[in-house]
Amino acid sequence: MEWFNSVIKAIEAAFITGDRWKLYLEGLGVTLEVAFFASIIGIIIGTIVAFMKLSVRKDGKPTLAAHIANIYMDIIRGTPVVLQIMLMWFVFMAGCKNGVLVASITFGINSGAYVAEIVRAGILAVDKGQTEAGRSLGLTQFQTMRYIVIPQAFKNVLPPLCNEFIVLIKETAIVGYVGLSDLTRVANQMTSKVYDAFTPLIGAAIVYFVIVKILTKLLGRLERRLRKSDNR
Amino acid sequence: MIIVKDLHKKFNDNHVLAGVNYHIHPGEKIVVVGPSGSGKSTFLRCLNLLEKPTSGEIWFDGQLITDPKTDINKVRQHMGMVFQHFNLFNNLTIMENITLAPTKLKLMGEEEAKENALKLLGRVGLAEKADAYPASLSGGQKQRIAIVRSLAMNPRVMLFDEPTSALDPEMVGEVLEVMKELADSGMTMVVVTHEMGFAKEVGTKVVFMDGGNIVEENTPQEFFANPQSPRLQEFLSKVL
Repeated sequence: MEWFNSVIKAIEAAFITGDRWKLYLEGLGVTLEVAFFASIIGIIIGTIVAFMKLSVRKDGKPTLAAHIANIYMDIIRGTPVVLQIMLMWFVFMAGCKNGVLVASITFGINSGAYVAEIVRAGILAVDKGQTEAGRSLGLTQFQTMRYIVIPQAFKNVLPPLCNEFIVLIKETAIVGYVGLSDLTRVANQMTSKVYDAFTPLIGAAIVYFVIVKILTKLLGRLERRLRKSDNR
Repeated sequence: MIIVKDLHKKFNDNHVLAGVNYHIHPGEKIVVVGPSGSGKSTFLRCLNLLEKPTSGEIWFDGQLITDPKTDINKVRQHMGMVFQHFNLFNNLTIMENITLAPTKLKLMGEEEAKENALKLLGRVGLAEKADAYPASLSGGQKQRIAIVRSLAMNPRVMLFDEPTSALDPEMVGEVLEVMKELADSGMTMVVVTHEMGFAKEVGTKVVFMDGGNIVEENTPQEFFANPQSPRLQEFLSKVL
């Protein structure tokens, strides 16, 4: 009974006293905001970079754009995202005081490198015969892409893209490094306020878990629906 | 109609076509046979530049299409091609498969293209499949529709790349039937195939390729009754 009472007290202190749950909610808001804008930026950059990487010169060698895309992907994937966001905050965008903006751009640029691979793989997964058939009818390279390859690639790409968004929600837990009060930072600060690490941190963990679980469920439903149109 | 001069194609060190010369006249039905790896598919795919020749010239209706300045997309509008694996567009209905190229290339209006497609589908007995997706069709049906898709462009010549090789045996007949009708209608055709019966019945000329070149060419009667080269004699003894 005594143990039960102490748990109730800890929960009260961590979440209820002084409307502290509002802080978590605001933190969750920041987390989702950054993840949302970052994935939009990531999809735009990733799509452009994927096409850059797929571009070939007339003699079959990779273009300058393809080389640039490769360098970008190497750098992004070869360095920790914590360092990337600190570099952005303290160096490259040091003048910008809007933390959400800096975080969104950083994670967007970071995510773009991974999205580029997803999009590239999705396009390459479309059978070469589809392109050949389009070209043999006299359609241009662009028309073949636009009407035949991209619609089919889209179906391949949508599930991993949603997955990338889910990953982003968890990855943004480091934005506390640049002073943003996201869900993780709110919980972390709360531990020193209530002299209890367990309750606030577990609370935040449960929130992440539930959000990710819901999105994963939705993604599963989407995938099943996409597959339905392949059925005979 | 199509003149091929000293056509070479190399894939890295692999010399697939070693100086092919050939002349295809309007209305001819050229059937190309040969062992696998002989270069016959590559030869066919070079005719509409799906495969870029390493060197040599290809003329189509007086136009040098191997010239880099030629707009190859324009040329391809007049050369239909049918593939071994059908290559119907999986994301589009049968009707959209057939009308996509004529409408997007602004050769026909939407209505005209649809009307034309229905007429052609009727010719191959598949009008009721207009709104189906390719995944719901049998191989034979897919290939007949692939032929219709090419015909919708009103091509001057039709290229067939082993059109029956990926089909179940009982579906080969329905596709060959469509090709025969097409041949009877006067279409110029180049057909790479293993169907010797088709070569005998429909071909105006049969061409034997081996080792990246044309070894022998003759009328079907002479080709099968009197093969000249030992290589062809050996080939025929195996396939007939």
